[in-house]
Amino acid sequence: MMEIGKDLIAASSTPIVLAILAEEDSYGYAILQRVRELSGGRMEWTDGMLYPVLHRLERLGHVEARWVVAESGRRRKYYRITSQGRSQLAEERRQWQAVDATLRGIWQALSVSVPVGHPALAAPRPEGA
Amino acid sequence: MPDPGHGVSLEEQIDRWRSYLRRRQAIHSVDVAELEDHLREQVAVLVDAGLATDEAFLVAVKRMGDLDALSREFASEHSERLWKQLVVVPSNSGDPRARARTEAVVAFCLAVAAAVVIKVPALFGIQLDGDAGFYARNLSLFVLPLLTGYFVWNRRLGTGTILWLAVAFVAAGVFANVYPFGGDLDGYTEALTALHLPIALWLVVGIAYAGGRWRQVAGRMDFIRFSGELFIYYVLIALGGGVLTAFMAMIFRSIGIDVEPFFESWLLPCGAAGAVVVASWLVEAKQSVIENMAPVLTRLFTPLFAAVLVTFLGTLLWTGRGVGIERNVLIAFDLLLVLVLGLLLYSVSARDPQSPPGAFDVVQVVLVVSALLADAVALWAIAARITEFGFSPNRVAALGENVILLVNLAWSAVLYVRFLRGRGSFTGLERWQTAYLPVYAAWAAIVVIVFPPVFGYV
Repeated sequence: MMEIGKDLIAASSTPIVLAILAEEDSYGYAILQRVRELSGGRMEWTDGMLYPVLHRLERLGHVEARWVVAESGRRRKYYRITSQGRSQLAEERRQWQAVDATLRGIWQALSVSVPVGHPALAAPRPEGA
Repeated sequence: MPDPGHGVSLEEQIDRWRSYLRRRQAIHSVDVAELEDHLREQVAVLVDAGLATDEAFLVAVKRMGDLDALSREFASEHSERLWKQLVVVPSNSGDPRARARTEAVVAFCLAVAAAVVIKVPALFGIQLDGDAGFYARNLSLFVLPLLTGYFVWNRRLGTGTILWLAVAFVAAGVFANVYPFGGDLDGYTEALTALHLPIALWLVVGIAYAGGRWRQVAGRMDFIRFSGELFIYYVLIALGGGVLTAFMAMIFRSIGIDVEPFFESWLLPCGAAGAVVVASWLVEAKQSVIENMAPVLTRLFTPLFAAVLVTFLGTLLWTGRGVGIERNVLIAFDLLLVLVLGLLLYSVSARDPQSPPGAFDVVQVVLVVSALLADAVALWAIAARITEFGFSPNRVAALGENVILLVNLAWSAVLYVRFLRGRGSFTGLERWQTAYLPVYAAWAAIVVIVFPPVFGYV
């Protein structure tokens, strides 16, 4: 399985979480499931690490949390994106698209001279979140 | 990490995992609840996929990640949590929260009760300024029963214990009031009663505090810790009260109203009584939250006091001066021993009994031994002339206290030196100190009960 570096995971966690929450309100476990689904299993987050990220977004006001009693009777913390979170997501998206465009450009320039030898390099780039 | 043994139910495993997580300071119990929800869902999904529950639990825990790393992440996200905040009503849910709130309410009510009780004698015409003796003798009886009541409620003590506690307070009330004192604190024995009754009754509070653990070293040690912290909190509250009063006096003076009578007859007595209960409750509420201050102060002052005492002894030897025998010299040396004992007690209370002897322990021994030598010099000087002075109640009480403290510190020094030389364990010292606690109370009780009749209520 391909390993994505820690720094990249950390950097991409904000737009990914915000984007998933922009789809619908969700909670920790479901967010992780969605990440697995979207990345086709290539992005493996350590489960626990999602929560400090969610708490940071909550502190920054990008998301808000509420406790809901789930059908199982357990209390579950749901997160919802705020309007501030949406504008943050738009901003992140612009930045990631810029990075993505830059990389695409350089990959193209490289592939003209050097053939892509490693399948990892050919992996799908993150959809501009 | 909780090791999931075979035959242990999932609930037990999750319980263990939860309590393991709760020990992390940066992860609050709301977060634990959130993580637990995650863990349970993960386990359920894995079980649905065909894993056995304990396997599923193992995998789920593994996926959660290294708890140290997780704890660090939480700490960097919530750095304020490392500054252990006193959350009077903890933000977690359910039972503990309701419990903490009830505790706060009960403590508050008892504090108000203490403030009211101290004014009750005024209803019967016993005024603070007119009957100073009555108030001084009974001061501890206004406050300590309520404080004891708090612990009785909090620790859910049995009726047998409650009965004994009540008997102790009733007896104290009888002995404080039945003797024909002058009532104006001029008599020595009356002042001695006022001073010693709180000491004797503090042991009663201790029995209630320790609950069923009074017979254990740990239970008594906790009471010692509690007493030290309570003292510090009380001083802090008193300082705050002083600032409040100063401002009150100042702003009311500006509109031409003198608040001093109100302050003297209401704010000071009621506040001082209520603050005992409030401070006790705070110490209880925060004991796991904030670093205990008494051991920190001990660390700071033990070397300084040791240096002062060693210099004093050195000067004594060098100049060959005798200890001047003034009226209060015995009391001064008593206080010195109390202080050294306090320094010793609070470093013992905070020390890990398992750790090997270190430099601080040597300083501690130097402090104790030099205090013993200084006291021996003073005692020698006094003993030589005790017949000249005669045996007044004050002098006998002070002498008795000196002997009690001397015995304690001398044996402590022996135990400490044994420990330093690797011939004894540190627990021996702990045991000695905790076993000695009733001695102080017993002597105080003797002073209260026996002294007035023996010395003719002078």
